[in-house]
Amino acid sequence: MRHGKARFVTGFLAIPVILYLYYVIWPFAQAAGYSFTDWGGYSDRPPGFVGLGNYSRLVKDELFQTAFWHNVFFLITVPLLTIALALFFAFLLNVGGRGNRAGVQGVWGSCLYKVIFFFPQVLSLVVIAVMWQQIYRGDGQGLINNLLIKLGIVDPQNPVTFTADPQPFLGIPAVLWWLLLIAIWGGVGFYMVLFSAAMQSIPKDIFEAALLDGAGPIHTFFRVTLPLLRDTVSVAWVYLGFIALDMYALVYVMTPSQGGPNHTSEIFASVLNFTAFSKGEFGYACAMGVALAVFALLLAAVQLRITRRERIEF
Amino acid sequence: MAVTSQTPPTGAVGTESTRLPRTGSRATRTNRAGDAAFSGFSHAFLLIWALMVVYPMLWVVMSSFKDDAQIIKDPLSLIPNALHWDNFARAWVKGHLGEYFLNTVIIVGAGVFLTMLFGSMAAYVLARYEFWGNRVIYYLFLAGLTLPIYFAAIPLFKGVTNNGILFPPLGPNQLPMLVLVYVAWSLSFTVFFMHSFFKTLPNTVAEAALVDGASHTQTFFRVMLPMARPGLISIGIFNVLGQWNQWYFPTLLMQPPPGQEKHAVITQGLIELSVNQGYKSDWSGLFAGVAMAMLPVLVVYIVFQRQVQAGLTGSITK
Repeated sequence: MRHGKARFVTGFLAIPVILYLYYVIWPFAQAAGYSFTDWGGYSDRPPGFVGLGNYSRLVKDELFQTAFWHNVFFLITVPLLTIALALFFAFLLNVGGRGNRAGVQGVWGSCLYKVIFFFPQVLSLVVIAVMWQQIYRGDGQGLINNLLIKLGIVDPQNPVTFTADPQPFLGIPAVLWWLLLIAIWGGVGFYMVLFSAAMQSIPKDIFEAALLDGAGPIHTFFRVTLPLLRDTVSVAWVYLGFIALDMYALVYVMTPSQGGPNHTSEIFASVLNFTAFSKGEFGYACAMGVALAVFALLLAAVQLRITRRERIEF
Repeated sequence: MAVTSQTPPTGAVGTESTRLPRTGSRATRTNRAGDAAFSGFSHAFLLIWALMVVYPMLWVVMSSFKDDAQIIKDPLSLIPNALHWDNFARAWVKGHLGEYFLNTVIIVGAGVFLTMLFGSMAAYVLARYEFWGNRVIYYLFLAGLTLPIYFAAIPLFKGVTNNGILFPPLGPNQLPMLVLVYVAWSLSFTVFFMHSFFKTLPNTVAEAALVDGASHTQTFFRVMLPMARPGLISIGIFNVLGQWNQWYFPTLLMQPPPGQEKHAVITQGLIELSVNQGYKSDWSGLFAGVAMAMLPVLVVYIVFQRQVQAGLTGSITK
């Protein structure tokens, strides 16, 4: 039966590997190489080697540092708030029902809630961004502004400017908080469904045992459910970390001059794209890309290290 | 964790059981009041969030039937004073959404088909055949999962531009080029997912097929691929949504060279609409565009919600 195995293996692997190498790995390798040059991108002049010049410039670049801290802000807030809210809703959904079998009885209509909460997950980030652009409109005709004006909370002459608002709130530009809200709005449903499925896979005996021992729903949640969900929560954390590192669609569509106002919503991706395609400094932008990739890899390694623990098999 | 309370009560417990019902009923009575309050509390929170999700979407869809005058005068209302279907016609024709829609269908159709084909071929070979370099190739595919696409954006843009000079169909603003880029970038996750799936399939079936005289290729297409159907559905849904909603590659790579007509996808069309409405102030057209991009995906999701939820959550936790 070994006959033709080598030919079969090569035949099956050739196209996928070539495609992948050409369109994914090769650009990565090139970016790493170009990061040591002063490549202008649009000019025909061959790139000159500048060694670590781009990287030392990166360390001193204030715009890049601003973007870095904004990404750190999202890296902390997006996973934390999304997971907290998703766990809270999953808990209500699974434990909130009437009846005395804590953890067993789901709330009435839980299927419907799951379907609805999941809606944003199937929408494109661009659709979400354009939709929220209309909700956030700063001229009194947006959904929120109009509502607040009708309720008399906001002065019609001076509506909330949302993503055009650079004023800091708790030391962070307001625009970032408004973007954060959308990210959470979009993410909670998916993780609620994820956690909810994980909760349902916990054997009922465990909840019954907790109930017999006199634990209420809240105790059961913190002492029993949450520790058993550890694996799922850590997977969610890693994925949300990648989402928080991105956020570019929202910044691109919703903020003035894609990172504004006055650079208060710059993130890695927006600075990189601005440097490459508006300033025409491809070499320098590649160095930013390398920095971003190193940061992403370190982050993934740290997250996996922190969250790794023995698996509990039911 | 198979410890259950199935063991029959021994004699000593029998005396206790006379005492149990009384304390038990008291506990349930207080529990019931508490449960009712807790259940009401749960519903309140869940309803608020459900409203926060549904209301904006409903608002967009309803606003897409209003005319501009009503949108400006009465933005909050959910009831249009007349059904202005012309908004949709405008977004479809003048906003080019019709054309972009067709482009997206073609690209995603071809992209997902090829992704699934190449992805499962590679995953199958990597999962079930031993050969020199197997691990290296597998880890190479895995590496693509953690690397951000912006890192590769510039060389990719340059490479595609150069390809366009040599061979136009693979140059910027060409559908075949975008399909290949989508396929290449979807391979990482598809290979990773299908690899773990093919690992779990029993060996005996494949061996039986080989003994019966099937070639390796026949075994794969006739026996193993059908057996992997649940996995293929999961990853298929994941890829359809991912490629349908992709916006960065199109904005980067579908920029037409001077004098060429633009072949954009639907997400680009929406971004164009949202930029243009700033100076054309065609709000109703914009709402119609968003509604058109949103509704087909939502309808498909509602019809297949069980599969979509299972597919997306399953593909993440694998």
